Amino acid sequence: MVTYSNGITCCSPPPSSRHRLGYVSTSESRQDSGFRTIAVLGVGRVGSAVARTALAAGYEVRVAGSGAAEDIALLAEIVIPGARPMTVVDAVRDADLVVVAVPLSKYRSVDASALAGKVVIDAMNYWPPIDGQIPDFENDIASTSEVVRRHLSEARVVKTLNHIGYHELEDDAAPSGTTGRRALAVASDDEAAAADVRVVLDRFGFDSLYAGPLAAGRAFEPGTVIFNGSFPRDELLRELELHPHPTH
Amino acid sequence: MELGAYSFGDTQLNPDGSLRSTAEAVKNLFDAIVHADSTGLDYFAVGEHHTLEMPASSPGAMIAAAAGATKQIRLGSGVSVISTDDPVRIFQQFATADAVSGGRVEITAGRGSSVESYPLFGYNLRDYEQLFEEKLELLMRVNEHEQVTWSGTTRAALKDLTVVPRPVNGSLPLWVGTGGSAPSSVRAGRLGLPISYGILGGAPHRFSALSDLYRRTAQQAGHTGPNIKVSVAALGLVAPTKDEALERFYPGWRNMHTQMGKLRGWPAPDDNAYLAQAHAPGAYYVGDPDDVAQRIVQLHGHMGHVRHFLQMDIGGLPQEHFLESLELLATEVKPRVERLLAIEG
Repeated sequence: MVTYSNGITCCSPPPSSRHRLGYVSTSESRQDSGFRTIAVLGVGRVGSAVARTALAAGYEVRVAGSGAAEDIALLAEIVIPGARPMTVVDAVRDADLVVVAVPLSKYRSVDASALAGKVVIDAMNYWPPIDGQIPDFENDIASTSEVVRRHLSEARVVKTLNHIGYHELEDDAAPSGTTGRRALAVASDDEAAAADVRVVLDRFGFDSLYAGPLAAGRAFEPGTVIFNGSFPRDELLRELELHPHPTH
Repeated sequence: MELGAYSFGDTQLNPDGSLRSTAEAVKNLFDAIVHADSTGLDYFAVGEHHTLEMPASSPGAMIAAAAGATKQIRLGSGVSVISTDDPVRIFQQFATADAVSGGRVEITAGRGSSVESYPLFGYNLRDYEQLFEEKLELLMRVNEHEQVTWSGTTRAALKDLTVVPRPVNGSLPLWVGTGGSAPSSVRAGRLGLPISYGILGGAPHRFSALSDLYRRTAQQAGHTGPNIKVSVAALGLVAPTKDEALERFYPGWRNMHTQMGKLRGWPAPDDNAYLAQAHAPGAYYVGDPDDVAQRIVQLHGHMGHVRHFLQMDIGGLPQEHFLESLELLATEVKPRVERLLAIEG
């Protein structure tokens, strides 16, 4: 465990990747990632809730479905008031952060070239009892976000927001410093991207912990204690330490 | 406001917790529908699930049986998983039951909340979206037309073929069932079909944005009139007192969540979550007649729904509690709801 001078604690990684933690930034001392614009891909339950949360946090928000902007214009107006409906390409063009919240079975339909160089949150989950088996994930020992990252090969993929219910995202948000504030885990091979995302999560209303590289995202995939629960930062830290998922 | 119930069948438990027979569950469900009819309940929907705990796999067969044994209750599916069935056959089954019942049968088409029916009937989840879209379109067509011409990619084409019997009232009420994704509301609105929201958790009034979206989409698409309407399906149980309702519903709720949790990787049931959901503004309509009536009317203020129906029999709820709840819903909750709606104008 690493405790910074500002009282921020970060978890230990599994032993095999402990060295990586040496690079954990003191991201939470940063007040601003400079992010102003968030594009949310997917307007289902998760995408809508993320977009509303981002709007409430003061971001400029673009939303995109699978088709033309006018297809989701009324949806955006009523369900995500304040968000600008766009095509995927337009929505991500000058977005600082992209949240991918499409059904995981459609992840290959996300335009990888449009996301090149972008910080991208993978909020998707592989959940066979609900969505059925998907060979890409069934036949791979990698964490799901690693598989996604192979497709979004030039994006700076960050796994988070997958382990909070879409209605909890709006219900559980709390100002920074609130006692018992809910914390979310963040995994990425790109630590700078993870740090930027943690600033965004703070504005969304959540504490966060850097859990390690994308492979460590297994610790909060469906079926895990973290996925199923709701934890303030100290308890999330304990869960991450109790349930290390070794990298491979 | 119509009140009703829906069920996936609820296999009873032995004292040691093991499951009793699925045949008994089906007979219990049939008895419950007949009882609901005799107490004056407005609506009963059946299935479809394909599990040992919830064996109401064939809504059409159950509704046909109930059609012949009931006098006034409206009967429907909740939902028919049309993606993995043949819309022509579904329509024929429901139209047959409709004829037997004298025009009391409806269909609610949905994708279902689980995927057991895909391997069971030989469909591929890869085709999830297309199966639903095409089959819904075909179901709409056979519902409206006696002679049907249709082609698509998910089944053989139909060229000017006759589909009978025809419904007593010209066509069957055909609803779209959804768990609350905004694109599903858009779809139903564009098609001009009534929509049924399954509200299984969270704060039900949040669904008002979706019902607004549905209505506005329908309006934009030029669909107006009585077919543009909303119903709400939720968990619930009525008992003489709130405490009795909470106590009666809890064991089954816990069993269901434990069992589904194993399957779906959910956490252990949380008693605090149960209590929170079972009180306003939660999503479980578990209470005495006053409480349940008040909360239904509160939601009506947000969503303007025309029908509210409850899934009561879960996790081995004793049959007598199920029957009493159906009766209380019809005889005690219904008049209260009508009175409250009249007061609120």
